[in-house]
Formats: sequence, structure tokens, C-alpha cells
Amino acid sequence: MKKLFYEFLKGIIKENPTFVLVLGLCPTLAVSISLINGIGMGIAATFVLLGSNIIISLIRNIVPERIRIPCFIVIIATFVTITEMAMKAYSPALNRALGIYVPLIVVNCIVLGRAEAYAQKHSVLNSLFDGLGMGVGFTLALLLISGIREILGAGKILGFSIIKGFEPVFVLGMPSGALLVIGLLLGFFNVLKNRKI
Amino acid sequence: MNAAQFLTIFISAVFIYNVILSRFLGLCSFIAISKETKPALAMSLAVMFVTTMSSIITWFIYRFLLIPFNLTYLRTISFILVIATFVQFVEMFIRKISPPMYRFFGIYLPLITVNCAVLGVAVLNVDMFFVNSKAVAGSFYYSTFQGICVGLGYTLAMLLMSGIRERLDLANVPKSVKDFPLAFIIASIMSLSFMGFNGFRF
Repeated sequence: MKKLFYEFLKGIIKENPTFVLVLGLCPTLAVSISLINGIGMGIAATFVLLGSNIIISLIRNIVPERIRIPCFIVIIATFVTITEMAMKAYSPALNRALGIYVPLIVVNCIVLGRAEAYAQKHSVLNSLFDGLGMGVGFTLALLLISGIREILGAGKILGFSIIKGFEPVFVLGMPSGALLVIGLLLGFFNVLKNRKI
Repeated sequence: MNAAQFLTIFISAVFIYNVILSRFLGLCSFIAISKETKPALAMSLAVMFVTTMSSIITWFIYRFLLIPFNLTYLRTISFILVIATFVQFVEMFIRKISPPMYRFFGIYLPLITVNCAVLGVAVLNVDMFFVNSKAVAGSFYYSTFQGICVGLGYTLAMLLMSGIRERLDLANVPKSVKDFPLAFIIASIMSLSFMGFNGFRF
């Protein structure tokens, strides 16, 4: 039980996909304009990670070594298609806001990376917790970035204004703001890491 | 199909909506391989070739397989499979016919399969040049041209970035922002300057 809890926890801090492994940045940057987009993307990616990790660790002894990557990609693409269709049906506004970044979860390095590095070598239960932890870590990173961008860039949280008369930092809502925020955050985490040792 | 449309596609794909600096596609390779100019150029050429070819292939698949059989919801799966197969095939082909060329950009080819720019341009083409599951007039030429232009935009950003980073090797930067954080901050400033093209509409 303790081991499983560790598998879950390592994705959140020690091996955070965005800030430590620096994987899957395309959707992180493109989508993080507002908190609601960040939450939607985080949930979608978590679902795909969870599903693909479970299925891949289930079939890990059947798939021949040489064709494993195409097999993994088909499984991941299936889950992404399920997510896309569900999102279109239940939340068309979110689907429109996320645009082409929903199908692009397929090529998100985190998903294939976890399949290759973890799920094909470990049991189903471990892979499930690993996928969940990575998904939650990714979602939290998205929340942090999109939170900073929405609060400072638009002066709002979830669409509600918070401070009256606050002049928003317009550039944070632009593409260059996303790159700036993630660059500074990565630097900040490095400062923390270097101080600890 | 007219010249103005081609010009619009060119300007918007290369400058206004640059794949990397404005759409954030293919960012992983952009940060990882832009340390020196030579590998950056090899990677860009490989990406340009693959985006062009995959635009052509996915257009045929979408137009002649997915639309007639009403299978448009399978677009993600079919596109990524075809792109992965195509890239694998090109890699084998280059290794066989020209080992020097393989050494120049063959090692970057497997990376391209999971490069968002390639699948991104395929999905964008379908979104832009098919209306209600019908091809717009001249959509094949537009798609191909957009594939080339996205590759050009990638090359432009990659060359600028690698030039800057080569110079930065000599600079004295704080330990904590070395490599990744600094690369992102530079990319942010580049993206800011590319925003100047925004007023450039027709």
C-alpha cells in the first residue's frame, strides 16, 4: 500500500512531468490562458494517461518488442478519440476553446513516455497509480501556470474579476507570456533545488 | 485558388501564427535541439520534409477514405498511424540509399513522429480547408502549401534560436536559469517580437 502511495506521489513533486521532466509542453503553454481551460486539459490528459497506462500494462507480455511503439500509439489515440467525442458531446464550449490541442494529446510526450518508461515494465495496479499521479502532477502544473496567467494577465479568477481597478499585465495573456511564465517558474524551482543541497 | 490566398497562407503560417512561437507546436524539439546551428538546421529540414509529405498523405486519406465512409471521427488515429509509418519508411529508405545523409538528419527522424507540428498541421489542414466534410476548391494545393510554410516557419524559429543560444554559451548566466529556463525566456522575447507581425493582415 505504501509503495502504491509512493507511485502516486512521485508524479506530483519528485518527477513532476512539467517542471522536472520537462515533457508535454505544447498543450501546457497553448491552453493555459485561463484556469477553466487548464482544468479541462488536465482532466482530459489524466483520463488518457490512466486508460493507456492500464491497457498497456495489461498487454505488456503479449506485444512483441519490435512493434510496441505503433501498438502504444493506437491505444493512446483510441483514448484520445474517446475524450474528444465525449468533450464534443458534453462540453462543446470547452472543446472549442481547446481546439486542435485535444487531438494533439496523442503526441503529448508524457503519455508515450510513461507507456515506454513505466507501464510496459510494471504491474497493472502500479501503472494505474503511476498514471494517476502523473496526471494529477500535470494538472497541478497547468493550474499553477494558468492561474498566474489568468490572475495577472486578465485580473480574473475563473472569469470573475477579483481586484477592482487592477490594470492587467496584457502580455501574460499572449503566447509570449506563456513562455515567460514557464521560464521563470523553471528558474524558480531550480533556485529552490539548488538551495536544498 | 488564387495567388492572394497562397500569400495569406505563407504570411500567416511563417510569421503571424508561427508554429513554435505562437501555436506552440513542436516545442520539445525546439528547446532540446537548438543548442547548435548545424543539428538545428538538419532537424528543421527533416521537419519541413515530413510536414509537407504528411499534409499530402493525410489530405488523400481524409478526402478519399474518411469522408466517403463517414469515418471522420477516426481522423486522429488514422493520421498518427500513417505519419508514424511514413516516418519509419523514410528513415529506412535514407539509411539504405545514403548513409551520409542518414548521419546528417536520419537520427532526428524518429523524434519527428511525436512532434506535435506534424500532426498539428494535418489537423489544421482538415479544419481549415474542409467545410462540412467537403473539400474547398483547391484545398489540396492549399494543404500542401501550408505544410511547406509550417516547415519554413519552424526552420526560421529554429535558426534564430540556435544562433542566439550559440552566442549565449560564452555569457555568464546564473546557475539556476541555465539551459531550459533561459531558453524559454529567450523564446518568450522572440515570440514578443513576432507579435509585431500581427498587424500584417490582408
